[in-house]
Amino acid sequence: MTALLEAAGLVRRYFTRRGLLGRVTEVRAVDGVSLRVERGRTLGLVGESGCGKSTTGRLVLGMEMPDAGEVRFDGAPMPPPGTAAWRASRARMQMVFQDPLGALDRRLPVGAQVAEPLEIHRIGTPAKRTARVEDLLRSVGLRPDHAARYPHELSGGQRQRAVLARALATSPDLLVCDEPISALDVSIQAQVMNLLVDLQERTGTAVLFISHDLRAVRQVSHRVAVMYLGRIVEKGEPDAVLHDPAHPYAQALVSAIPHPGRAGRRVVLGGDPPNPADRPSGCAFHPRCSIAVGMCTRVVPELKPRPGDGRLVACHVAQGEVAPGTGVAEVKEAA
Amino acid sequence: MSVPLVAIRGLRVAFDGQPALRGIDLDVMPGEAVGLVGESGCGKSVTWLAALGLLPGRAEAGGSVRLGGEELLGASPATLDRVRGRRVAMIFQDPASSLNPVHRIGAQVVEALALHRGLRGAAARAEAKRLFDQVGIPDAARRLDAYPHELSGGQNQRVMIAIALAGRPDLLVADEPTTALDVTIQAQILELLGALRRETGMALVLISHDLGVVSETCDRVAVMYAGRIVEEAPVGRLFTTPGHPYARGLLGALPPMEGPRRRLLAIPGGVPEPWAMPPGCPFAPRCPLHIAACDSAVPPLVTLAPDHRAACIRATVAPLIEERAAA
Repeated sequence: MTALLEAAGLVRRYFTRRGLLGRVTEVRAVDGVSLRVERGRTLGLVGESGCGKSTTGRLVLGMEMPDAGEVRFDGAPMPPPGTAAWRASRARMQMVFQDPLGALDRRLPVGAQVAEPLEIHRIGTPAKRTARVEDLLRSVGLRPDHAARYPHELSGGQRQRAVLARALATSPDLLVCDEPISALDVSIQAQVMNLLVDLQERTGTAVLFISHDLRAVRQVSHRVAVMYLGRIVEKGEPDAVLHDPAHPYAQALVSAIPHPGRAGRRVVLGGDPPNPADRPSGCAFHPRCSIAVGMCTRVVPELKPRPGDGRLVACHVAQGEVAPGTGVAEVKEAA
Repeated sequence: MSVPLVAIRGLRVAFDGQPALRGIDLDVMPGEAVGLVGESGCGKSVTWLAALGLLPGRAEAGGSVRLGGEELLGASPATLDRVRGRRVAMIFQDPASSLNPVHRIGAQVVEALALHRGLRGAAARAEAKRLFDQVGIPDAARRLDAYPHELSGGQNQRVMIAIALAGRPDLLVADEPTTALDVTIQAQILELLGALRRETGMALVLISHDLGVVSETCDRVAVMYAGRIVEEAPVGRLFTTPGHPYARGLLGALPPMEGPRRRLLAIPGGVPEPWAMPPGCPFAPRCPLHIAACDSAVPPLVTLAPDHRAACIRATVAPLIEERAAA
């Protein structure tokens, strides 16, 4: 079976200048990301701020063109942005953002905003559209009379439901959710996660779920990919990655999850989140890694199946190519 | 029992006549770490802003906040100036907006040292460097001359903590100190707060919406809902045997890390608006255990076990694990 969405070797570079007369530096936001999302399945993309997960989301939606690599949607390459074919493809893929209040127009009632995709893509007659909006609102757990309300009259959870209803208006095949629950309260997060799972069961929509929250990713995803500085460093089943992470960064990420009732034994990662404009050589994680060896500073590890269980991981040590080292101290000595 | 460092009694706050806090009783013992948990708008930040006299003029506060026997509510500006930063320090969610972007971070620490400890010149700079070392800022001597924009969010939060420590406070109030930070950096800051508390013996109040964050850092937790404390318990007890249905709901809403993936036990509906508060228990409209008696009066805190109190007429102490297995 071909995947609904297939991305291969995506690269996206930005150029920034530090200061007025500063040197122009290249920032590789996404550096060779490949992923596939099948119909009716959810891929969770996890990572910290600046790791390129949102840029990846924009690339697979064709909102930006990759500098290298290719996105194939339903077997065909993504048309260039702005073309008629690209516009038509919009109806089949939709995006949900973090901040529902920012994603909604404050001056329009919610119903009109949910109807907008139907008007843009000329789906149904005006009369049918009203009925469709009512169905959509019901399907996300809102009442039809909410259609007349303005965004400020709804609670945070209701707003994110309205955003979801709008995204689902065109019955998309793919939904890209970029941190859809981070701005919501804990009890509301649970409502939205349940809703996403229910909607997927009912409509068979494929979902790319971008989040920094591993708990949420486990709850909604069938597969999970961990990103660090523009690259996928580990990919696998959510339970496998969460309970037995192979990459040292994934291990730190898992152990950093605050967990009620858990006692100590946490791997606290030293150092700061990396700066994509000043990318370390070799494995980008080596300056913060506690088991790095000299090789890690020179050779970029490939994402490939680990001998034994076939877990996809990009780490020389996890692959068994070298024995675990002692991290930065050893690396500095070797250099 | 020893004397509490801070004793809050019947604290009420209203903005433009709309009540935000509806009577809070809370004690903080010397050296104790207390977590204050709740969703946005439940009044967890307002409690401490009111206690330190940091609310805007349109807010009306009533009740009592005593710090070591001294009344803070309605105290003179001179009294509050002696307390703020020196006896009670506060750090906030977004360190970048709490620091002055056009001053070097070292100068901002020195300012606090001059104000609270009367240190000047080289002595102040040496103490600032010591504080930077204490909060784990690498290369402290040189970093004193950096500007906030040159540091990461995690490092800026360390600077804020250094400034808070400058007055050697008896109590540090940390209002969502890690919410704006990445998970791995959050872990660093929580470790730091724990270590500082052990070193200095100061008390800590950690305000957070994240039960996980509180569980790892605090001795005791107070859960707030709609301007009231609805449950108070030692941290281990709250997570194994929560009494109030809202606390149970919050724990049930947390996606599990292990076991089969089940539907999350989401709490239906949303927090009631301050102008449409139910007549009885404010949680009643969302509560799975709701009965008619819940609507007649606001339930008082009842003692379920020593140190464990919940404001619910149907509160039980059944272990959460069993309820999950049954669900």
